[in-house]
Amino acid sequence: MAKKPRIKVPKTAKSGETILIKTLMSHKMETGVRKNKKTGKLIPRKIINKFVCKFNGKEVMSADLHPAVAANPYFAFYAKATESGTFDFEWIEDGGKIITASGNIVVT
Amino acid sequence: MSMDKIKTKILDRRQILKGVGLGALALAGTGLSSKTVQATPDKASEYLSKLTSGAAGTKGKVTVKLPEIAENGRTVPITVSVDSPMTESDYVKSVHIVSERNPQPEVISFNLSPAMGKAEVSTRMRLGKTQKVRAAAVMNDGSVYTGDKEIKVTIGGCGG
Repeated sequence: MAKKPRIKVPKTAKSGETILIKTLMSHKMETGVRKNKKTGKLIPRKIINKFVCKFNGKEVMSADLHPAVAANPYFAFYAKATESGTFDFEWIEDGGKIITASGNIVVT
Repeated sequence: MSMDKIKTKILDRRQILKGVGLGALALAGTGLSSKTVQATPDKASEYLSKLTSGAAGTKGKVTVKLPEIAENGRTVPITVSVDSPMTESDYVKSVHIVSERNPQPEVISFNLSPAMGKAEVSTRMRLGKTQKVRAAAVMNDGSVYTGDKEIKVTIGGCGG
């Protein structure tokens, strides 16, 4: 679970271009409806419940996740390249733990 | 006298059997009810209308891309795209994905912004069984558009 999230942000782009961003986070996304086969007890829910992508501090996209999102949450979405800067990504786990990553882009 | 005794004995036995039967029924009942924590098309609609603050939405503009058949429901790629110019004055505010036959109707809600340039998001979801997956898009002016897609699931991916 401590694996680093994988992100794909193009290194360069032309101004006004729409770029594709992909992210992949290693996480079990425990649904809370699964039972421990030995004890028969429910395994408590532990999922990433929020994902945020910001560009130069301003939110581009965010998502509220529920247990129906598959393990190792993957996202692909677009962003309009207007200026050079940094994309910051945040994954928030149940319990408040935050995992972050970032990627730079040079816009010409 | 002895006949009476026998009668009451029989009655007693019947009563007991009845009691046991009812008990078993009651148990079976609770077993069922604990299993029926389950999304239904109605529950999905209810949840969607909560997200869209009551608006039923117009069909169209929203495209849900899913494979025809998912052999494994544990991870199914899904793409939702909305027909929108994504400018400051006209953009998609949020996209909600809802399942009709998973244990819970909610799947994921995306908050979009004009900075995206294109209203399309992809992720991977779990699917419990063959069902319809629905999506709703809320525009910045409050109007709501919906779309859906039927998918066959060979092996469910919820619980286990």
